[in-house]
Parts: sequence; C-alpha cells; structure tokens
Amino acid sequence: MDFDLSEEQRLLKDSIDGLLKSSYDFDARKKYLAERDGYSRAIWDKFAEQGLLGLPFSEDDGGFGAGPVETMIVMEALGRNLVIEPYLDTVVLGGGFLRRASREQRAAYLPGIIDGSKTLAFAQLELDSRYDLGDVATSAKKNGSGYVLNGEKVVAGHGDTAGTIIITARTAGGQRDAKGVGVFLVPADAKGVDIRGYETQDGSRAADIKLANVEVGADAVIGDVEDGLLIVNQVVDDARIALCAEAVGAMEEAVKISVEYIKERKQFGVAIGSFQALQHRAADMFTALETARSMSYLASMASNFTDLNERAKTVAAAKVQIGRSARFVGQSGVHLHGGIGVTMEYRIGHYFKRLTMIDHQFGDADFHLARIAATGGIIR
Amino acid sequence: MDLSFSPEEVAFRDDVRAFFRDNVDAAVRQKLFETRHITKDEQVSWQRTLHKKGWGVPHWPVEYGGTGWSAVKQYIFLEELQRYPAPAPLPFGVNMVGPVIYTFGNETQKKYYLPRIANMDDWWCQGFSEPGAGSDLASLKTSANRKGDTYIVNGQKTWTTLAQHADWIFCLCRTDPTARKQSGISFILIDMKTKGITVRPIQMIDGGVEINEVFFDDVVVPVENLVGEENKGWDYAKFLLGHERVNIARVGISKARIGRIKELAARTMAGGRPLIEDPLFRQKLASTEIELKALELTQMRVVAAEGKHGKGKPDPASSILKIKGSEIQQTLTELLLEVTGPFALPFLQDDARNTNDDWASPIAPTYFNYRKVSIYGGSNEIQRNIIAKAVLGL
Ligand SMILES: Cc1cc2nc3c(=O)[nH]c(=O)nc-3n(C[C@H](O)[C@H](O)[C@H](O)COP(=O)(O)OP(=O)(O)OC[C@H]3O[C@@H](n4cnc5c(N)ncnc54)[C@H](O)[C@@H]3O)c2cc1C
Ligand SMILES: Cc1cc2nc3c(=O)[nH]c(=O)nc-3n(C[C@H](O)[C@H](O)[C@H](O)COP(=O)(O)OP(=O)(O)OC[C@H]3O[C@@H](n4cnc5c(N)ncnc54)[C@H](O)[C@@H]3O)c2cc1C
Repeated sequence: MDFDLSEEQRLLKDSIDGLLKSSYDFDARKKYLAERDGYSRAIWDKFAEQGLLGLPFSEDDGGFGAGPVETMIVMEALGRNLVIEPYLDTVVLGGGFLRRASREQRAAYLPGIIDGSKTLAFAQLELDSRYDLGDVATSAKKNGSGYVLNGEKVVAGHGDTAGTIIITARTAGGQRDAKGVGVFLVPADAKGVDIRGYETQDGSRAADIKLANVEVGADAVIGDVEDGLLIVNQVVDDARIALCAEAVGAMEEAVKISVEYIKERKQFGVAIGSFQALQHRAADMFTALETARSMSYLASMASNFTDLNERAKTVAAAKVQIGRSARFVGQSGVHLHGGIGVTMEYRIGHYFKRLTMIDHQFGDADFHLARIAATGGIIR
Repeated sequence: MDLSFSPEEVAFRDDVRAFFRDNVDAAVRQKLFETRHITKDEQVSWQRTLHKKGWGVPHWPVEYGGTGWSAVKQYIFLEELQRYPAPAPLPFGVNMVGPVIYTFGNETQKKYYLPRIANMDDWWCQGFSEPGAGSDLASLKTSANRKGDTYIVNGQKTWTTLAQHADWIFCLCRTDPTARKQSGISFILIDMKTKGITVRPIQMIDGGVEINEVFFDDVVVPVENLVGEENKGWDYAKFLLGHERVNIARVGISKARIGRIKELAARTMAGGRPLIEDPLFRQKLASTEIELKALELTQMRVVAAEGKHGKGKPDPASSILKIKGSEIQQTLTELLLEVTGPFALPFLQDDARNTNDDWASPIAPTYFNYRKVSIYGGSNEIQRNIIAKAVLGL
C-alpha cells in the first residue's frame, strides 16, 4: 500500500505544473478562449513537445506506455489550471478507443495524436439518451463492405474543431439494446456531416452533429460492429476516471484560493477568515476535497482491474463522490468570496462552473448512485 | 502508487481472520452484530484471549509486549477485528494510559502497570472531563494538593465511561492553581477503591448505564502515582488525545453495520416486498457505502503516510477521519432505525433485550446512544477548528 508518486511521476508532475504556471494564468486563459478554435494551438503543441499527448500509448505505437497514474497527474494539473485544450476528448476518449483498435487504425491515427496534428471528438449523446451509453438511435446500415450513418448527435466535446469524430451508431436491435451498437471513425469533413459548434458554460466548446447518409468504409469500424458497447463502456469509464482527477485538481485550487481570499479580505475590521462560520465551511471544503481525492486515487487504480464489473462499479462510486464534493466545494468557494464570487472577473467563479459541468459529463452523481444501488452496493 | 496489500499483508489478514473465527465466542459476536451490550466479563476475557496470543497491545513497543507490526498491519488487524465483529479492546488502558506510562512514566510504573493493562488485570477509566470542562478541557478544576508524600484530591469528574467497573482512574488534576490554564495540570493515577471516591452512574438516553460522575472528597493519593513531571500533565494529555484519534474512523464497525442493515432489510417486508428492494432505501444505503469507501481510502492514506514517513505527531488531517467516521456511524444507526419501522417503539430493559428473539429493540437505543460519537473524542466542531487552524492556517 503506497500512495506516493514514483520519481518519474514526480518529474512529470513538475514539468506540467511548470509549463502551466508559465503559460496558463487567468489572463492567458482568457486569450486562449478567444482564439479561433476556442483553445490555444500553441499550448497544444507544447503538450506534444513535452510528450503529454503520447503518454497512454504503447511504445510500439510511438507512445510512452504510461499508466493511469500518469493520466491522473496530467488531469489534476489541467483541473488546477482550468485548461480548456481537448486533452480529454483527444487523448483520453479518442486515444482510449484507438488503443483498443486494430493495428492499421492505430498506425493511421496515433502518430498524429501524439505529435499534436490530429484532434478527435467523441459523439455519443443524443437528444433522448441522457447518460445511457447504450441508448443509441443513430443508425449504421450495411452498405457494400461499409456502412451508411444517419442520425443526430449532441454536445460532443470539441466536436467543432476535431479532425475525426468517433460516433456510436446502431447496427442491430432496438434503441436501448446493449447489443447492436457499433463504433465508427468518421472524418469531420466527410460528406453528409453537418457540425454546429458552440461555447459551453465552462468556457470550453462542444458541437451538435447531424449525419445524413454519411458513407464510411469497413476500416472505420472500431472493434466488433455489434458489440461496440463493450469498448464504449471501458473508454467512457477511462474518461470518468480522468474527470475525477480533473475535478480534484480544480477543487484543490478552489479550496486554496478561497482560503487565501478569506485570509486577506477584511470586514468588521478583521480578516473574514477569523469568523468561525467561514472557518468551518472551509474545513468542510477541505474534507470534501480529500475524500474526493481518495476516490479519485481508487478510480485510477481501478483502471487496471481485470474484472470489468468491479471496474465499472468502482468508477461509478468515485463519480458519485466527486460529483457531490465538486458541488459543495464550488458553491462554497463562491459563497466565501461574497459578491466578487459571482462575477467573471475572479477565478473562483470559473472553477465553480467547471466543477458544476464535470458532474454533467458521463453521468451525474444521482445517475451513478442509482447504478450502484441497483447492483447492491459496494461494501462487502 | 499501489493501493493493494502485499502478499505478506494478505496472508497476515487471513491469519487474523482465522484467529477471530476460532476464538471469538459466537454469542458475543452475535451480540455485537445485533448492537447489544457485552458484559464486563466478556470484555475482560476477550482481552485476555488476545493477550495470550500476543496481540493484546499490538501497537505498543515490543519491549512492553507490542507486536512490532507495521502501521499497515495494525490497520488490517483493527479493521478485521471491527468488521468480524469482535469486541474492540477498551481504549482507556491499552490506547490511553498505557502509552502515557511507557512514554512518560518511570521504571517502577512501567513494570507494575503495563503488564496489568495488557492482560486487563485492572479496568481503567478516564477522568478528564468535568462539569465545567468539556471541550475546553484545560479549564478543569479538580485539585491535587501536595501534602508530604501524598496528594489530596478534591473535585468532580464526569462522563466517565464505565467507571462503575473500574479499578483505576487516570486523572488530570490541578496541582498549581496559580499557573496559567494549561500549566499547573498533572497526570495522576488513582485507585478507585481509595476512601473518598464516590461513583454516581448517569443513565444515557438509550436507558443504559455507560457513563458516570466521579466525586473526590479528600482522596489521599501517594505521590508515586504522579506520571512524569508535576504540572506537565497537559502535554501528556495532548499526546494521549492524539492516540485517541487513531482509528477513530471505525470503518470496520460501519462495514459490519452495513451487513446487519442488509440482513434485516432483506427480511423486513414493506409494501409486499423486502425493504431492501425499495429503490429509495437502497439509494440511501448505497450513498453511505460510497462515503464509507471514501473514508476507508482516506484512512489508508493516513496510515500509509504514517508507516512511510514516520510517526511523530498525529496528522491534523486525521480530523477528517473523526468527522466523517462519526457522521457515517450516525447515518448507519439511523438507517438501521429506519429498518425497524414501527418496531422501533417497544422499550425493553437491557436484560430483557439480551435475549435473541427480539431483533428490533436494541436498535433505537443504539441510534440514540450514537449521538455521542460526534460529541466525544473532540467534538466535530473542535475537529473543524483543528482543520481550519492546523491545516488551512486560518
Ligand atoms: C448580484 C448582486 C447584486 C448586488 N446589488 C447591489 C446593489 O444594487 N447595491 C448595493 O449597494 N449592493 C449590491 N450588492 C452587494 C451586496 O449587498 C454584498 O455583496 C453583500 O453585502 C456582501 O458583501 P461582500 O460581497 O463584500 O462580501 P463580504 O462581506 O466580503 O463577505 C464575504 C463572505 O464572508 C461572509 N461574512 C462576512 N461577514 C461575516 C461575519 N461577520 N460572520 C460570518 N461570515 C461573514 C459572507 O457571508 C460571505 O460569505 C449586490 C451583490 C450581488 C452579489
Ligand atoms: C458517551 C460519552 C462518554 C464519554 N466518556 C468520557 C470519559 O470516559 N472520560 C472523559 O474524561 N470524558 C468523557 N466524555 C466527555 C467528552 O470528552 C465531552 O463530552 C466532550 O469533550 C464535549 O464536552 P461537553 O460535553 O462538555 O460539551 P461542550 O464542550 O459544552 O460542547 C457543547 C457543544 O458546543 C460545541 N463547542 C464547544 N466548544 C466549541 C468551539 N470552540 N467552537 C465551536 N463549537 C464548540 C460542541 O461541539 C458541542 O456541540 C464522554 C462523553 C460522552 C458523550
């Protein structure tokens, strides 16, 4: 039992912290948001230079063969700095599918991901699917050796700037059947793909994507064309694990800046941090942060579990804890700041918004709680 | 980073489990599982069983009978003990006065008291709190005035757990009334049979007797019963309270309680089906299970850090363990109470309760009784103060 980082992991942490410290302060971030893609290509190139984009891929594929702890280190750092570059979408989600893809697919995509030239998006949500990954109405009909896709996907993170969209579509069965979901690699500029991008509440970007008779070849299919949900579940769990770590990073910073603020802000002739009501709220924020951190560690460890049910359950439990902690820390952080907390001008409000949105990505606390309750809990 | 136990630790856990399986009296286990009280004899006899095995005081230094286990093994031992469930060793001897004596006491005291504590030849109780000194313990007034080779002790202690069984009490007494609050306090061991001591039981809201008032009226105590230096008792008390917070999370007990809740909810009918199938109930339970998991991991982080980076002062972050641990214990007794439904109401006395045919009657009392866990051991507000000051620097 050991919760410490290895020497190499510590170096990774120092290097990404160093990079973000020098290039990602509050004002720099505002500029990146205003860029054409809604994030900074220059920062993305720096990520590539530092090897961050190749972390989880095997050395055979040109990556670094790093494990879940390395991804956790990166995601925590991204969370601490409210980074909006598409790491989750491209490396964790896109990369997550490709890691489980064929040799040819890996050869076609991974070098571009690793050197920063290719970004990806995952289009899974539909108007009626909410958080159910198996609820897929978009259809994929056999067409010669390939497929024709029709349907509408919504709120795909960074879907408006990605070169390739990974799309779930139904190849067999009814709309909510677990069997009959395929996963397809679709070029964003393919004929019949209509992408409408927009800003998200937390400053990032997403897109709604319409598919009208989009033709793809057999080489677009990742995994078994009728059993894609198996991969989807695993990759989305990877994304949940990453989101947990991102949330921990964001909470850590939110607690820190709130505590700093109440030490400095004076009312009634004293620092408001001397009032016990605020001290206790801050102590509860710390407790919420640390219990979330514990579950984030557990989730990262679960990444290597071979029992997929156990893996899914553990990740769900972590997402519940993170959702709750994030809500409390975000709300309290704003509250401790008083009026300035509800403005765009101060950092805390942005952390609050990102923390709020994390709960709405890939299942909120209630969704995952219901899953755990349905399977009889996690304590044996 | 690796959160799993080593093969050696897993083997150790299996040994510990096997020992509990073979040595805990089945009736005692059942009582604990059903949240009933165990008797003085059952408590003492279990401590002796552990001591015979060499596990009576696992965390003590080896020279005084400890096991030399790593922090992780200590943790595994207690966790398994609680979840079995086996009786938790009474803390007053083995976790409180024992460590104070082997750290600050003299050789004569070590020789005499330590083996007796390990074998529970003496039942100890803790005489810290007073009517006017609760959270603000340093405002205590009970006095010990030096007279020749003796102290004359006068005053009152209260909330003294199980003092009705006790052979000895360790007290904080004021030996220098002129000194500042925290100075002028001494740590004194007092034989409960001494003339002038009166114990008055206080009935708790569960109807049971677990706490007492202890009155001291010109009680004569030999000076050799002073531990360490005169007027330095506050330092020893702080040391002791640090030890008290270790394992305050009581994760294993909560796990056992979840087992009990599931068992009872599976056989309690509600709306034509077992209560355990009610989605609302299930979600409440699952919700607490997740919190418990988070607490368990947090506890493991504290334990691993202690094992790796050395002991020294208790981690102020362990206040989290107290806050979350007590909240979860209270939530679980509340859920247990919910299972009883209308059967929460009948009140049976302790002795009638200790018959096995009535499953519900110990539950409401346990729920009432467990309000204590956020009050004692440093109330949850005091823990928040510790986090705010020692961790956040407020
Ligand atoms: C949307 C909005 C609209 C507003 N409109 C107007 C307006 O039109 N005109 C106008 O004059 N004002 C307006 N206000 C100002 C509002 O009245 C103040 O924000 C409010 O009085 C709090 O003051 P503050 O923001 O300086 O926070 P602070 O007073 O600095 O408080 C910061 C934190 O400390 C806590 N705190 C402060 N003192 C204590 C204490 N003694 N004990 C415990 N905790 C304490 C607070 O509860 C808060 O959590 C508006 C504010 C907002 C957010
Ligand atoms: C069942 C039980 C067994 C016990 N056993 C023993 C024993 O064996 N030996 C022994 O010495 N003592 C024992 N105690 C005493 C225990 O340590 C005290 O109850 C505890 O220290 C709280 O003191 P109090 O009861 O006087 O409450 P108070 O200190 O009066 O507290 C009342 C309320 O005020 C809050 N409060 C107090 N100070 C602050 C502050 N600074 N900031 C914010 N809130 C505050 C508390 O959290 C609490 O909610 C026992 C208590 C109980 C309930």
